[in-house]
This record gives sequence, structure tokens and C-alpha cells, in this order.
Amino acid sequence: MSLLELRGLTTAFQTARGEISAIEDISFELNAGEILGIVGESGSGKSVTALTIMGLLPQPPARIAAGSVRFAGEELTTASPNRMEKIRGAGISMVFQEPMTSLNPVFTIGEQIMETVRAHERMSTSGQRERAIEMLDRVGIPSATKRLNDYPHQLSGGQRQRVMIAMSLACRPKLLIADEPTTALDVTIQAQVLDLLMDLRDELGMAIMIITHNMGVIAEVADRVLVMYAGRIVEQSPAADLFDAPQHPYTKGLLACVPTLQQDRHRLIAIPGSLPEPARRPPGCRFASRCTYRIEACGTAIPPLVMQREDRAVACIRADELVAS
Amino acid sequence: MKRNYELASLVLRRVLGALPVLLIVSLITFGMMRLIPGDPSSIIGGLSATPAQLAQIRSDLGLDEPFTVQLLRWYGGLLHGNLGRSILMGQDVMSVTLQRLPVTIALSAYALVITLVLGLASGILAALRQNTWIDQLAMMIAMLGISIPNFFLGLLMIIFFAVRLGWLPTGGYIGFTDDPVGWLRTSTMPAISLALLQVGLLARITRSTMLEVLRQDYIRTARAKGLPRRLVVMKHALSNALIPITTVVGIIVSLLVSGSVVTETLFSIPGMGQLLTQAVLNRDYPMVQGGLFLVTAFLVLINIGVDVCYSLLDPRVRHG
Amino acid sequence: MDSGPAELEFDAEIPFTREHPAWATLKRLFHHRLFLFGLGLFGIILLAAALAPWIAPVDPTKLAMRFKFRPPGADFAFGTDNFGRSLWSRVIWGAQLSVIIGFSVVALNAVFGTLIGALAGYFRTLDNGLMRVNDALMAFPAILLAIGITAVLGPSMLDAILALAIVYIPRTARIVRSSVIVLREMEYVQAAVAAGAGHWRILRRHILPNAMAPLIVQLSFLFAYAVLSEATLSFLGLGAVPPTPTWGNIMAEGRQYMIEAPWIITIPGIALMITVMGLNLLGDGLRDVLDPRLRIQQ
Repeated sequence: MSLLELRGLTTAFQTARGEISAIEDISFELNAGEILGIVGESGSGKSVTALTIMGLLPQPPARIAAGSVRFAGEELTTASPNRMEKIRGAGISMVFQEPMTSLNPVFTIGEQIMETVRAHERMSTSGQRERAIEMLDRVGIPSATKRLNDYPHQLSGGQRQRVMIAMSLACRPKLLIADEPTTALDVTIQAQVLDLLMDLRDELGMAIMIITHNMGVIAEVADRVLVMYAGRIVEQSPAADLFDAPQHPYTKGLLACVPTLQQDRHRLIAIPGSLPEPARRPPGCRFASRCTYRIEACGTAIPPLVMQREDRAVACIRADELVAS
Repeated sequence: MKRNYELASLVLRRVLGALPVLLIVSLITFGMMRLIPGDPSSIIGGLSATPAQLAQIRSDLGLDEPFTVQLLRWYGGLLHGNLGRSILMGQDVMSVTLQRLPVTIALSAYALVITLVLGLASGILAALRQNTWIDQLAMMIAMLGISIPNFFLGLLMIIFFAVRLGWLPTGGYIGFTDDPVGWLRTSTMPAISLALLQVGLLARITRSTMLEVLRQDYIRTARAKGLPRRLVVMKHALSNALIPITTVVGIIVSLLVSGSVVTETLFSIPGMGQLLTQAVLNRDYPMVQGGLFLVTAFLVLINIGVDVCYSLLDPRVRHG
Repeated sequence: MDSGPAELEFDAEIPFTREHPAWATLKRLFHHRLFLFGLGLFGIILLAAALAPWIAPVDPTKLAMRFKFRPPGADFAFGTDNFGRSLWSRVIWGAQLSVIIGFSVVALNAVFGTLIGALAGYFRTLDNGLMRVNDALMAFPAILLAIGITAVLGPSMLDAILALAIVYIPRTARIVRSSVIVLREMEYVQAAVAAGAGHWRILRRHILPNAMAPLIVQLSFLFAYAVLSEATLSFLGLGAVPPTPTWGNIMAEGRQYMIEAPWIITIPGIALMITVMGLNLLGDGLRDVLDPRLRIQQ
């Protein structure tokens, strides 16, 4: 049985213009020890998916319109708030994008890690301290014992992100969701943080869901990849296969956008057009207006996610013929 | 250890910074008194005093000397704790102040407690129940609070509670040390009429501060860690919200002292506010100079205390 | 990816309509319910003040002892006071006085507060000195300073206006100064400096227009404080001299008769409340629309 299983998850928001779905029909599985990358541009619904799993969306104006989220066999969409509080931090943890503002400025980092332990496990204060020091060590913060008494503003951005990771691991969760964990960091620090995540996976057997818009990060760490566009999954594949032979036109476009040293171009390539407004989505494939391969039929119905192989799926009606070409 | 050192140096810095302000304050009070047309000699001498007698009185009081001499004399006295003699009260300014200031402080403290309890509680509640009927009711009451003149409220309360119902006296004052219950009875209506404006102010600011804090990323992190909701609000949100609120409390104390002028007059309470009003109207220079200076110095001290609390609450200020 | 996509029937992007930014702000203002309510309340008072000569033709200072202490009723809409004067007249003319006073204090603040605040915020050399004096003035409890100033100048309406202006200008100056300090560092200002623009031009064209929002919000709350403070001053006997019918005066005179003739203090009190509440609601509305971030500072 997989650790995390999503089936047909649809989350909608109540807005001034009526109810709009932010994500639709999201289905995938994640197993222990796996790193799943979710990639897509801003507004594609990646973060909403993560927040829905965590139960962090305020229920008005958000609403889980359909589908299920099963974690270790337990259904999360109908779990009580108390139950979710117990799962968050101990079963599933999340790390966010902005390390500069994600830590409480008036408490020491030691206290912020210790309170996580306090909330989920029965442990003496000295035990909590030990765990906090262990975590800071594990994420590579030097002189951890002294650092316990530091405040967030005394740390750099990279260090704060490490503290966030330490905090999220303090209760040994089975699943870690990392939402753009390196976007706000320098390139060198990015590499360190990604290495850290992979080491932790190897040591602890943790599953990691990493959300990003950066294909380079995906190439670096992901075992499997989910490509999202306008609230839907358009391609699902093992990482290596995705880079070798992308099948969805959007994925092809994303990969073509990444400049390489071998290219002999003078201008950067971009996918023309932009994401459709959620309130005014066209019928049919949402990528159609920007797709060079579109045909008449693309505008009539949303293409379903079809399994090409046991481990690959694409949501494009022309996928088979495009592979051949 | 390190924290004590940081605090001590902070207090020292604030006190030193306050000195120029106090200097200007004393200059202003001194100058203001000299600008008032007429002088105390005519009040002391009475209507029938001859010009010669008036001149004699003026000379006795040292009022015929040049401005700078009078000023330096006063500063000299200040350094010795001697602020001159009140013409109106016939005692020296320092002892009159020491009698009257505690009365005002007690009344303001009572009002402050009411303000903090009601203002904070309703502001936090309104923020947590945003847009529900609780929120709207609290904000309506707060709006009413900042719109009623405090003397009007005082008058209404007197008519209702003292005259119609006879529960509380219409005025007068009983010292706390003499009779605590009596003090409560005479101080309650004045304290409430003083406090209402501040309760409204504090409730509104607390609500918006809490709402702002609850939107922050670190609150999302706290929830993502699985902390119970109560802890998230009371520990994480409140600790941050109290920082800007502390600054407001400093302003509120000043408003309380300001408001006590009218309240003391209305309820016949022998405090500093009422004393200073009378002193100004009667050209009692030494009393006004000394009294106003002392009250303002007291407020400056309170604000230093507020600054210290602020830095205790916000570690970024301590290290920055 | 060679040529762009061919045109399709549906357009996935929203067209952007352009309007003058001020129109959008005004529209939002007039959709804000509390703002409209406040405007209504204050509007009543303004109207009463403007129409005073026509709706209250009776001289508010005219004595008529045979009518004294009439309760509100058919003959006298608001009743009469201890001198038989029509309370309706007095309160309506009092409205005019309140509006004039409030407006004057606000105008003085707008001019001098902005001047001082802008100078202190923009020219660093002036900042220290100006702010020391500013802080000293703010250290005084407001009423006590106002009392002191009216003692110097003598009790009268004009002097009450001046006293209140002096008390509040430091606070206004501080607000303008904060805005100017932030705006001074903005890139478009740096660009103007680099292009060789003179100080006054920069202040006038780039900085001050953008500092207007918090100032306008402050001024509307200030109108409310001014009306309230003036009422307090005249209640204490330090404002316009009786028989001038400021609301504070009416209430001071009515105080002794508050048991036999409670309408004398109640009606002006309610009028005061309506005025101040209306202005506060206006201020809230302006703040919500012009800059929601100000909600913390008020």
C-alpha cells in the first residue's frame, strides 16, 4: 500500500465570481522513500494541492469539492481538525518557500523546534533540547547547542531554511512536503539544501514531495515527476524518462525553455501566451491556446490522463502520434 | 546577565535622550507663563492694592527681574528639589504635587486597568471572530466609545447612577489608604468615563493588529507543525501583536492624564488635573511651571518604561 | 516552436480596461457602507450648520424669561434653557461653530503640519532640531497644553482654534515626516535627483502627492478630535465666551439644571456624538480605501 494516495481530488474556492476550482481531478500515489517532484508554472495549483493534503486551507472560502486523500490508509479529507493537528508535524510535515518570514521572530529557534516535539511526543524538557540539538546538527548548523538560543533574525536565509527543515523533521514524519524550498536562496545554498533533502531520504526512509517551477531542481532530486497545468495533471513519469522523451506539449515547451550551453541561439525561448484566468477557462484542453500541436478536437473536451505504460501517463489526445514523430 | 546589561544601557540611552526634551518642556512652560497678560501680584494684592503695593509684591516674588535670571533661578531650585511656593495654595509646589499627583495616578491606574482588560479582550475576540456578530458588536461599541465626549458620559452617569438610582455618590473623593471601599465608590464612575475612549481605541487597534499578525507566514508555519489552535493564537499571534500594542499603551496613558483634567473637575476630585486648571486660571506661576513640568516628566518616564517593555517583547530591537 | 499559435475563437485572457486611478478610488469610497453612513451623519450636521440662518432664525442669545425651562415639545423643538432661549436655535448655531472650528484646526494642520513634517523628513539637518521641539510639544498632555495656551491668549473661539492647532500640529508633522522619509528613498525620487531636479520640485511633484493618503486619513480623525477638544475646553470655561452657543458652553450652563431640565445637556451631547461618530466613520472609510496598511497605526 502506498504512503500517500490521492484520487480525483478537486478543491474549489468561493470568489466574487462564483465557485472556481483551483485543482481538478488530481490523482497520484507516493511511496515511502520516494521523491516526487511536482512542477508547473505559478498558478498551476501545485501549492493548493499541498495545502489541501495538509488541511491548511480555511474551509470557507475553500472547499474540497470531490476526491480523497489517503495517508497511511487514513482518509484525510474527512478527518476532524483535532486529528489533522496530530498528523501535521508528526505524520506529514511541510516546509515553505519564504525562510525569512516563516519563523516567529520573537521566539528562539530552539524553542520553536522544541515546541513541535512538545506538541506531539511526551518528553522532558531536557529530552526536547536533545532532540532540537540533534536536528540542528543533522541539517548542518554548526555549534548547535549555542545556536539554540539564537533568534531568527540572527541567522542567514540559508540557515533559516535549514532550521525550517530541522523543525519539520523533529518528530520524524513519514512524509515531507517541500513547497519551493530553494527558490528564495542563492544557487550555492540551493545545492546544499537539495543534497540535505536527499541524504535525509536515504537515512530516514522518508517520502518527499517537492514542489517547484524549476526543472533543474527536478532533474537533481526527483525520482518521479508530476507536471501540472491550470489545475490539472498533464503528465506523470519517472524523472529520467521525462527528460529523455517528454510527451505532453507543455512539458516539451518547459524543457525547451531551459537554456543550455550547447545551444546556438541568440534569444531565449518562451512558451507564448499565459495561463488562462481560472474564472474564464476555455472548454477543452486548457493548454490549447498556447499549443503548437492543437487541432479542432482539442477544444471540445478536456483530455483524460491516459496511461501510456505502467509508470507513464499523459493528458493529450495526440500523445501517441506525437511520440511517433 | 547579558540581557540585564542590554536593558540597563537601553534605559540609560532613553533617559539621556529624554533630557533635551525635558529642557525644552521646561522652557515652554516657563515662557508660556510669562506670556500670560497680568501676573499674580494683582491676585495676591486684591482689587484695592495701590500700584506701590503691587510693585512691592512683584519685587518680593522676583517678577521684576529679567527673564533669563528668573529662568536660571528656577533651574537652580529644581536641582535642589525646590520648585518654589504655590501662590494659590500657600504651600510649596513640591509638597502640593506630592499630595495631589497620587490621586490622579490612582484614578488613571484604575482607568488603565479597565482599558487593558476590556480593550484587549474585545479586540482579540473581534479578530478571532472576524465578520461575525461578535466582531460587529464589539466594533460598534468601540466606535461609540471614541465618539462620546468623556464629560458627557460622566454627566449621564451622574444623572443615572447617582441621582436616579443613588448607588454611587455624585462626586468627592475618599483616599484609598483611608477607606478602600469608599475609594472604589467615588472612583468608579470617573474611571469609567475616563476609560471609555481608551477602551474603544485599544479595541480597534488590537483587532487590526491581531488580524495583521494572523496573516503572517509564521502563523502558517505554526499551524503546519500541528500546534493546537489555541496555542497558535495565544502564544504565536499574541506575542507578536503585543509589540505594536505596547506603543499604543504609551499614548493611552498620556490621554488618560489629559482626560483626567475634565473628569476631576466634573467629579470634584482633588487631583493634579483640577489643580493645574485652577492654577492657570489664577496665574499661579510657580504652581503651573512646577506642576506641569513634573506631570510631563512623569509621562516621559512612563514612556521610557513603555520603551523598555517594547524591547523586552521584541528581540530584534534588543540586538539591533 | 516556430510561428505563434493561429487565432482561435475563444480568448483566454481578460481585456484590461483603463480608467483614471482617482475614479476607481472614488468609486470604492462610495461603495463603502460605513463611509456612506459616516458621510450621512456628518452631512446632517454640515447641512444644519450651512442652513442655520434659515432654519434657526431666532437669535440664539435672545433672552425670554417667560419661556424658561420648557421641555422639548410642540412650541420649542428642543425645549428652552434657564434663560428661556430656544435650544433648537442654540444647538443649530452651535453646529455652525463646531464645523468652523474643526475646519480651521484641520486647515492649519494641513498647511503647517505638512510644511514642518516635509522639511524634517526631507532635510536631514533640520530633522533633529525640529523633532526635539516636536517631541517636547507632544510630551505635554494635550488638554493641559491647550489650557496653557488659551490662558496666554485669553478665552475666545479664535484662541481655542490656535491652541488646538498648536497641540495637534506636532502629531500631523510626525505622520507627514514618516511618509516623506520612506518616499525619499524611493527609486523614482533618486532618479529625479540624478536628473538634476531641484529640492522643491522633487518635494512638490514626487514626494508630497504620494504622502497625501495617510495625511488625509489623519485630518479626518483630527476634525473629530478638534470638535471634541473644543467642546471640552468650552465646557471648562476656556473656549468661546458665553453667551456664544458652542455645544460645550450649552452643556456647561446646563449642568446645574441637569435634574430639572436634562435636555439642556443631553441634546448638545447627542449632537456632539453624531458629529464625532460621523467623522470617525469617514476616517475609517478613507483609511480602508486609501491605504489598508494604516489600520495598525490609526
